[in-house]
Amino acid sequence: MATPLKRVRGLGAAHHGTETFWRQRLTAVANVPLVIFLIWFVVAHAGASYDTVKACLANPVVAVLMLALIWSAVIHMRIGLREIIEDYLHHKLCKTASLMLATFFAALVGIASTLAILKISFGG
Amino acid sequence: MTNKLEAERPLSPHLQIYRPMLTMMMSIAHRITGAALAVGFALLTWWLVAVSMGPDAYDCVQSFFGSLFGRALLFAFTWALIHHMLGGIRHLIWDTGAGLDKQTVEIFALATIIGSIVLTVLVWIIGYYRMGGL
Repeated sequence: MATPLKRVRGLGAAHHGTETFWRQRLTAVANVPLVIFLIWFVVAHAGASYDTVKACLANPVVAVLMLALIWSAVIHMRIGLREIIEDYLHHKLCKTASLMLATFFAALVGIASTLAILKISFGG
Repeated sequence: MTNKLEAERPLSPHLQIYRPMLTMMMSIAHRITGAALAVGFALLTWWLVAVSMGPDAYDCVQSFFGSLFGRALLFAFTWALIHHMLGGIRHLIWDTGAGLDKQTVEIFALATIIGSIVLTVLVWIIGYYRMGGL
């Protein structure tokens, strides 16, 4: 069962081929160790004081891993939320608005977390 | 006109006609936990922003997470995170073409549900132990 050449060249109906699928898997693989890191971080700082938590988040290694987690998770989240919306919402306006909201939500989570981590890192 | 024709067309059998099966439930659970994790990450963002804002904002966030409702929410977040992670690993294995036979699929489903519950409880026991609560 070969894919017709014209469709391969145009990368299918959506014109990005398997890009979204691949990006979802790529972030999924990255998320596994990063989520384990998050769970470890939260458990290790259960009951810790504000100063301890802040100092630990300011550690460059922790900050880099935290940023990696946020970015990877947010990209993965946007793909997943859009997938759910595309499957269950069929009313055109409703669907388009929800797809926009999914992107806005993922962007908001990503931007706010990134700013927070950078602010903590730079001692703001 | 077209709408009327569409409405009268016979539909193929959908979810409600099948007997609920474990693998089917796990597929649904993977979606639900995925959507729930969006809320979980909003909570993580709130926590990070609070740390960046100062001790007062941090105290406020910590008292919320320390409340019964906050703890229940965090427990659900932990379970959803681990469940979705194990379910995701299962999907990554399937992507290689392995583990798609009937028996392995059932084992994966059971492993995901039992594994997620055991790991979640374990994480919380360690957390409480570290806080001196046990």
